[in-house]
Amino acid sequence: MKKIENDAGCASTVETPYPGKNIDNQTKQVKYVLLGLLILAAWFVIYKQLLAFSGFVTFQLFGLNEGSHLGEAVHFFLYDTPKVLMLLTLVVFGVGIIRTFFTPERTRNILAGKRESVGNVLAALLGTVTPFCSCSAVPLFIGFVTAGVPLGVTLSFLVAAPLVNEIALVLLYGLLGWKVAGLYLVTGLFVAIVAGWIIGRLGMENHIEEWVQEIRTNVDDVPDEKLTWDERFLRGWEAVKDIVGKVWIYVVAGIAVGAGIHGYVPEGFMASIMGKGAWWSVPAAVVIGVPMYSNAAGIVPVIHALLEKGAALGTVLAFMMSVIALSLPEMVILRKVLKPRLISAFIVVVASGILLVGYLFNLII
Amino acid sequence: MDIKVCGPGCPKCTQAEKLVKEAVGETGVEATVEKVTEFQEMAKLGILSTPAVVIDGQVKCVGKVPTKKEILSWIG
Repeated sequence: MKKIENDAGCASTVETPYPGKNIDNQTKQVKYVLLGLLILAAWFVIYKQLLAFSGFVTFQLFGLNEGSHLGEAVHFFLYDTPKVLMLLTLVVFGVGIIRTFFTPERTRNILAGKRESVGNVLAALLGTVTPFCSCSAVPLFIGFVTAGVPLGVTLSFLVAAPLVNEIALVLLYGLLGWKVAGLYLVTGLFVAIVAGWIIGRLGMENHIEEWVQEIRTNVDDVPDEKLTWDERFLRGWEAVKDIVGKVWIYVVAGIAVGAGIHGYVPEGFMASIMGKGAWWSVPAAVVIGVPMYSNAAGIVPVIHALLEKGAALGTVLAFMMSVIALSLPEMVILRKVLKPRLISAFIVVVASGILLVGYLFNLII
Repeated sequence: MDIKVCGPGCPKCTQAEKLVKEAVGETGVEATVEKVTEFQEMAKLGILSTPAVVIDGQVKCVGKVPTKKEILSWIG
């Protein structure tokens, strides 16, 4: 860890051998910081006005009645959409910058040779910040395992990477408050750590496909990037264009569905199906959620509305986690490196973890 | 010159391949561009995340779509 921070810290000075250029760079950096603070302040001011603004548009401009079905639905939509998109932009930008410090290669080097328990915790934490797209799951798995990262630790990483993600965190925070967001973060990490640890204890290393074991990788050939702060900010901005550009439509669609539920579905309607009283609702939510594949962007706004109508938090959280953590396409990809028994164990252990989280919340909240 | 673009076939990988081909076309260098989709092959090259570009056995970039400027600097 320490080494990485040093590398990053020096990066901007190492590449500027001329003293004059160094000073230029410093004034440029000061300008960037000031510009950043200005934008941040503007962001904050606009964010604070959203509630008043959406109320004004819905009830004054459109002349809809407060308390009417349509009025409530429109107000919900006009308030939540800009709010969530603004939060998303800010967080994706921040996370995009953080991610420039963690590459899969560095993560692998940190995890190689770590003891299991410590390794599981580190892997889950790193899984949340290491940039990773699900189509890289297989090469990453091979790279980790052949470099001596234990199987269970590798799986902790692979569970945490999709399960604990910044988009879900932002949406939960924006729509349901910091308590729910915090619970999601902590329990998501918990599921990833424990599931990986259990699979490690099961000693299923011989259920990895043989050809994987025979591979000798040489990751040292991969160049370690040295980035300047300019480049890091640029990456953050690219992440915003890439991620927000891709998910905004899901967010808007999700909020529209949520707005419909908010305005039209009667209070307490969900209590009978997804409420605390229905013991079978948690397993049902997980069974329905596992094969489903959606991103957090589309699912959280719907969850928000379901909760309002009496669905229990544990049930809803279990549903969301099983949708984003386990998916059929990812299992098909992983099947290339894991034999059926290991895949099954993986699904069962992770799903049980999520089930446990669901029941736990329904019990304590 | 032997250029390999590694990726199982997600949109980003396809984009990387397209950019590499364009860059080769623009400079007119003698090069073969090959798309690697086999995970075994990628692992042997030491690639952990895709898309990745490997030129003459040297890994040039991993885990992101390179810009055309970057590609041109590698093949120029």
